[in-house]
Amino acid sequence: MSITPANPAIAQDSEKTSLPDPMRPARTSTAARTKQMLTSRVGSAAAIIIAVLWTVPTVGLFISSIRPEASIRTSGWWTFFTNPEFTLANYQEVLFGRASSGALSNFFLNSVVITVPGTLLPLVGATMAAYAFSVLKWRGRDTIFVIVFALQIVPLQMALIPLLRIFSNTTAADMFPYLAVWVAHAAFAMPLATFLLHNFMSEIPRELIEAARVDGAGHVSVFLRVMLPLLVPAIAAFAIFQFLWVWNDLLVGLTFTGGNTAVQPLTARLAEMAGSRGQDWHLLTAGAFVSIILPLIIFLLLQRYFVRGLLAGSVKG
Amino acid sequence: MDFFLYSKIGQMVLAVIALFAVVALLMGAARLADRFAMRSRTWWMVLFFGGPAFILLGVGLIYPAIRTIIMSFMDRRSDEWVGWENYVWVFTNPDSLQGFINTFWWVLLVPTVSTLVGLVYAILVDNSRFEKIAKSLLFMPMAISFVGAGIIWKFVYEYRGAAQEQIGLLNAIITSLGFEPVRFLQDSPLNTFFLIAVMIWIQAGFAMVLLSAAIKAIPSDIVEAARLDGVNAWQMFRNITVPSVRPTLVVVLTTIIIATLKIFDIPRTMTGARFDTQVLANLMYDQSFTFGNNGIGSALAVMIFVLVIPVVIFNVRQMIINREVRGA
Repeated sequence: MSITPANPAIAQDSEKTSLPDPMRPARTSTAARTKQMLTSRVGSAAAIIIAVLWTVPTVGLFISSIRPEASIRTSGWWTFFTNPEFTLANYQEVLFGRASSGALSNFFLNSVVITVPGTLLPLVGATMAAYAFSVLKWRGRDTIFVIVFALQIVPLQMALIPLLRIFSNTTAADMFPYLAVWVAHAAFAMPLATFLLHNFMSEIPRELIEAARVDGAGHVSVFLRVMLPLLVPAIAAFAIFQFLWVWNDLLVGLTFTGGNTAVQPLTARLAEMAGSRGQDWHLLTAGAFVSIILPLIIFLLLQRYFVRGLLAGSVKG
Repeated sequence: MDFFLYSKIGQMVLAVIALFAVVALLMGAARLADRFAMRSRTWWMVLFFGGPAFILLGVGLIYPAIRTIIMSFMDRRSDEWVGWENYVWVFTNPDSLQGFINTFWWVLLVPTVSTLVGLVYAILVDNSRFEKIAKSLLFMPMAISFVGAGIIWKFVYEYRGAAQEQIGLLNAIITSLGFEPVRFLQDSPLNTFFLIAVMIWIQAGFAMVLLSAAIKAIPSDIVEAARLDGVNAWQMFRNITVPSVRPTLVVVLTTIIIATLKIFDIPRTMTGARFDTQVLANLMYDQSFTFGNNGIGSALAVMIFVLVIPVVIFNVRQMIINREVRGA
């Protein structure tokens, strides 16, 4: 490979044939040996303590969200275990109640509307660009690829204000209030996406492409019929990555919607509520859970692909 | 037609349709060029395949980044040149200096502690019966937004006066042990460190996943040889495990450093960056969007950029060294 990946995980990957699945125990390894030699009780205790520390806060949030408001105000969520009370009223109020209680159902919809094109747009653009950078041969290709990759280090903050100004007060932005957010997410994702998909594409044997070319297939056919089917795992990996990124983003959602609450994502509303309704824990806990449920489900179902994406590229601008 | 133009879902569907229409158009044009263009064929292909990406990068990153650098030398409305004035503000304003100090603590603590937790945990659960689920537990916060995590932990840190019943987990534990409840988020300077803990909670899973993959890739003959030499657990960790995963350690540390330099959501959600918990990225937001001062906002964005550069250079140099060592 003529381009040097900045991430050794990729360098390792191209030497071996397949990516190790970190979620599946492998054969005996150093760590196993190290662990065997440790007194395993101390080790297990430490692991359990870490696991508990990493889980209990989320569990506490969830349990609180299904307790009645009065109980949340007067007792800790752990009293649920001795005195279980269950209600969906908090969710009812935070999702569909008065505007001041959140009205999160609108914002949930906004998040969906932002996330779907915000994921598809960079995905499609980067897949096509990756083809130009890995299969097509042209002068200056490697230099430009390095520049694209290097753009990852430009922090989001550097691009915010000028990009906003491009859109402000234009008819397009008035007609399509989400346009600025979509474009911003697509642009910010492009360096990483192109880099990732290029790496996956470079691993596809050249013979496959050559064979198709000899059979008279043009570049478009090679791209659509040969490359795309082989790239499905890579595309899935990046899609999940980008989905989580866009769904969980606050900075772009906050700035590019220009304070227009009609189009703001969930995160922006929740961050605002954490300030303005900081003591209304029945709303905050239910609201936070509304915002994390979808990424959590997708994450748990498709964890493998997500991990694959993480291992292949871990620098995000 | 009204559905596409005046409803949210409609606009989303329209955007997706438009996207695929553009792709179809580009592919059609590429097909034509592939068939009829002769010498310039490759360039047409590059244009049609790479065009969307080039436009997005140019409009969305390259132009804005250059413009931000220029704006950092102009006044709050970007009308007149002010020289280094904005940078002088950045280095003298007390709020800004507080932001630098806090960002320093964030960047020092988040990468080191979360990498340490991730590494230790990866070793501890490796090859255990519960490895898969144990890893999912630590990894789960990665799926949660910083805002969501901020609310989760704000609830853990919740403070009530000593006379009232505590509903925050930490203060409940503290008072049950007979101590006074602590105002975790309001009392400076420790409150910054309680915010840092939240970021560690999020990033440890990331470190764990990458390091775990690296640990599994250590050749077993090295481990076997070390075992025959009779090394103990600590020596194994120090002399075999850590050197073997060094390249991954560098990636994990630098990636987390870069993410931490740009941290904004957590202070914003948990304290509103009040009580001396200001950080650079949040200050940038406040100046640009709350106070409408584009000059200072841009100068702060440039500062973040400048701080990121050495980390990236270090990262690339490490990678080159590693490749040479491995003979790649």
